[in-house]
Amino acid sequence: MGLITEIDYGTPHSTAENDVTLTIDGFSVTVPEGTSIMRAAMETGIKIPKLCATDMVDAFGSCRLCLVEIEGRNGTPSSCTTPVAPGIVVKTQTGRLKDIRRGVMELYISDHPLDCLTCAANGDCELQDMAGVVGLRDVRYGYDGDNHVHARHAGDGAENFRWMKKDESNPYFTYDPSKCIVCSRCVRACEEVQGTFALTIEGRGFESRVSAGMHQPFIESECVSCGACVQACPTATLREKSVIEIGQPEHSVVTTCAYCGVGCSFKAEMRGDELVRMMPYKDGKANRGHSCVKGRFAWGYATHKDRILNPMVRDKITDPWREVSWEEAFAHVAGEFRRIQYQYGKGAIGGITSSRCTNEETFLVQKLIRQGFGNNNVDTCARVCHSPTGYGLKTTFGTSAGTQDFDSVEHTDVALIIGANPTDGHPVFASRLKKRLREGARLIVIDPRRIDLVRQPHVEAAHHLPLRPGTNVAVLTALSHVIVTEGLFDEAFIRERCDWSEFEDYAAFAAEPQHSPEEVEKVSGVAADTIRAAARLYATGGNAAIYYGLGVTEHSQGSTTVMAIANLAMLTGNIGRPGVGVNPLRGQNNVQGACDMGSFPHELPGYRHMSDDATRDVFEAVWNVTLDPEPGLRIPNMLDAAVEGSFRGLYIQGEDILQSDPDTKHVAAGLAAMECVVVHDLFLNETANYAHVFLPGSTFLEKDGTFTNAERRINRVRKVMAPKNGLADWEVTQRLAQAMGLDWAYTHPAQVMDEIALTTPSFAGVNYDLLDREGSVQWPCNDKAPTGTPVMHIDGFVRGKGKFIRTEYVATDEKSGPRFPLLLTTGRILSQYNVGAQTRRTENVVWHSEDRLEIHPHDAEQRGLCDGDWVRIRSRAGETTLRAQITDRVAPGVVYTTFHHPDTQANVVTTEFSDWATNCPEYKVTAVQVSPSNGPSDWQVEYEEQARLARRIARPLEAAE
Amino acid sequence: MSPEHETRTGKDKLVYMANQIGRFFETMPPAEAAEGVAKHINDFWEPRMRRQFFEIVDAGGAGLSPLVAEAADKVRRPAQQTA
Repeated sequence: MGLITEIDYGTPHSTAENDVTLTIDGFSVTVPEGTSIMRAAMETGIKIPKLCATDMVDAFGSCRLCLVEIEGRNGTPSSCTTPVAPGIVVKTQTGRLKDIRRGVMELYISDHPLDCLTCAANGDCELQDMAGVVGLRDVRYGYDGDNHVHARHAGDGAENFRWMKKDESNPYFTYDPSKCIVCSRCVRACEEVQGTFALTIEGRGFESRVSAGMHQPFIESECVSCGACVQACPTATLREKSVIEIGQPEHSVVTTCAYCGVGCSFKAEMRGDELVRMMPYKDGKANRGHSCVKGRFAWGYATHKDRILNPMVRDKITDPWREVSWEEAFAHVAGEFRRIQYQYGKGAIGGITSSRCTNEETFLVQKLIRQGFGNNNVDTCARVCHSPTGYGLKTTFGTSAGTQDFDSVEHTDVALIIGANPTDGHPVFASRLKKRLREGARLIVIDPRRIDLVRQPHVEAAHHLPLRPGTNVAVLTALSHVIVTEGLFDEAFIRERCDWSEFEDYAAFAAEPQHSPEEVEKVSGVAADTIRAAARLYATGGNAAIYYGLGVTEHSQGSTTVMAIANLAMLTGNIGRPGVGVNPLRGQNNVQGACDMGSFPHELPGYRHMSDDATRDVFEAVWNVTLDPEPGLRIPNMLDAAVEGSFRGLYIQGEDILQSDPDTKHVAAGLAAMECVVVHDLFLNETANYAHVFLPGSTFLEKDGTFTNAERRINRVRKVMAPKNGLADWEVTQRLAQAMGLDWAYTHPAQVMDEIALTTPSFAGVNYDLLDREGSVQWPCNDKAPTGTPVMHIDGFVRGKGKFIRTEYVATDEKSGPRFPLLLTTGRILSQYNVGAQTRRTENVVWHSEDRLEIHPHDAEQRGLCDGDWVRIRSRAGETTLRAQITDRVAPGVVYTTFHHPDTQANVVTTEFSDWATNCPEYKVTAVQVSPSNGPSDWQVEYEEQARLARRIARPLEAAE
Repeated sequence: MSPEHETRTGKDKLVYMANQIGRFFETMPPAEAAEGVAKHINDFWEPRMRRQFFEIVDAGGAGLSPLVAEAADKVRRPAQQTA
């Protein structure tokens, strides 16, 4: 095990198809046209000295170290900016080149501190390496001249106005201007890789300095702390604080981020079993070497003092917790679950799988429920996010998943973003999208709120449709109306791939006058012209891809909206090739995987309905049990049944339903009605306040397994340290299963994957050897696609013919009116993740320490509210308080908040309304009233007190002798 | 004072959910509509929910939309007690 060092080719790879052959130092080299000489040399193993070049960004040609000589050409061109040409003869090492390089290094070092031994980059400094490479032995200029290195001049001790002190304002990295060589790599990484444009070079010549924003501390600038600049820096100028504190890592392991559904690959760089830093992995096919602030930096929760490391039990939720052994905990749960089943029936217990745990762990939890509990009462948090995606895409296309890989965006000409905020929710995808937009692709945004993508440096949406919350179906059907009535549909595609009579039916439906933009303007508030223009652009602008998020699904018509999206893609033939498609942006790291693994109560792994005899036969044979063909309870149904008394026990792995699910009071009532709630988590989360048993969980750093991201990519998760709680999560589930009498005997998650492959056709070819070999694969992965499927539905839809479905707009019953005149919608922010259990336990709180209510200046003025005032927000379900933020990002009549902090309790306000097909809650529309407030609501005060009491842990008293 | 909790529960909620499903299928061709509602309920409603559904239907189907009422014949009656 060593440190994985990826080769830096100096400049990005060329995608040209034609090859060029040249000679470098006597060796013949063949590379794609457009490749730099530097990269061509590196591909043959010749490292040309360089400082300002790195293959994550375009060549810049400023450091003058990478010069070469080319026969027949004058001078010494820089190899990073000079492309290869057929037959040229390049020399990388001549007397003249050696002299020039040594001279360049001499100048660099004359203005650089010589504290190498105590420098944080010691052992990982390209400047140091280059000094060695060029044979620098002396600096003739001395070190006392004009410089940026010392606070005071050597001779007279006078202040050196060029010197700038270290900026330590960012919690995760430092900027030390005295070590900067102004290579611009950080500036270019910020522009080209991240797309934020927070950094610049200020001044000219010797005055040139890297500057965040307008010469501001990093934390006050537009910097989003993605760390691309730190990764790009060749010196100690930008450096992780963890490296400064710990030192250089000595080995690394490639693993997968446990935050959002982008599923970035990282090298976990370790010293012993201490994590030094997370470094994005360039071969990671989802992220291609980039990351966001969460994945790269926000892993401190893994060792946070709040982590619970011992199992705990209590009789009543009003009792303090009692720490027990694992054996006692398992025996207690098994005993209670069996008692409840005996007393109230087999269907009186169930479980919830976690979208944060691995595929293998999720598979085991649903297996425990189906095989051990003998029922299908299993659900997962996808219920509250992307269950409509499952239903909608399965109905129209035949399978429940995004159709593309993330690389596909590089071929997109028109991106249609609906109900998603990628720069905050899926930042690494957003960076890849922005790169394509800067290359000229056009953008349509459908969102009630002016998300950052609508307008930011070098990105501007062609059309923003700021629709009223709850009118997605009306607007999308209006887009279809324009496409159908103006004849912009792709007839050849539809005739070949879809059922023509179903299309005719749908086209007739879409063409009805009530679906015209002019009519829809009345309900949606979006100007008819804008709808028409957006429809024309989507239909005729080239490769058009739809990316959508929870603003689509979390509505009473969520499933209908997903079908409307599928209709649009089929109408315009935007399916089945790179650059197009329908792409749900999944919220959590493994929400796709949790759905794939049979976490829903109506289906077995691979999206096969419980009533399907052939599928049940497969599992019955392997599990040696008779499976119930009836669907089980979904999360909201479990809570309803609990209140009614027929559901009494629940095993929850890694989900905080009390905070994340709607109508908190109803969730609390359901949990309180149960007799044995088992929470398996890292922390005493909000749900644990109602739990009788707490089983400590392990982090993604502490176990082996796989996560499946939003592009169906199965990525390996690798253990880099022992579980602090003693058992990986899959082991906990296995021990619980054993305590309930099941004969499980897995010794490694690889065996669980083998069982998945054995029983699930779309995973038939997946095993850990393949994943180690390929890095990752996208399902379906089987005999037909041995290394997976980047783009789906290429020659036909999974279900055969694509199915057009009528999508009638039905207004939600959650309506604003005199009592509740505003519509509340919810979302997330870059630095925080979901309910915040992880990110709130990191330094990320510096960016977002509380949830705020965004309200339009007009609505604020009517209510006498000023920015920062405490406000009370009230719906028919409940009320809470938080502080107001006045902004015109939201339209008049709409308010918005995030839900990252439990003390805000945004879900006290959300209602019981849900998607008609899947019961996915309608988080995105709640009618509310907002008024000034003096402080926390009664509920918040009561809740905090209840939470405080519920979290007490009894410490055994020492026996007095 | 916090507002009274005004969310739907129990059979009211079940009727509401059934009618929501009905609303989606109402725009389908008549032959498919009732079939669609019934299949949806059969596929996704746990027997306890279907049992409650039939309690409502058997008591006259108060509150159910005409399409849902029509579909009730095609919904599978759950076994008396699944244990």
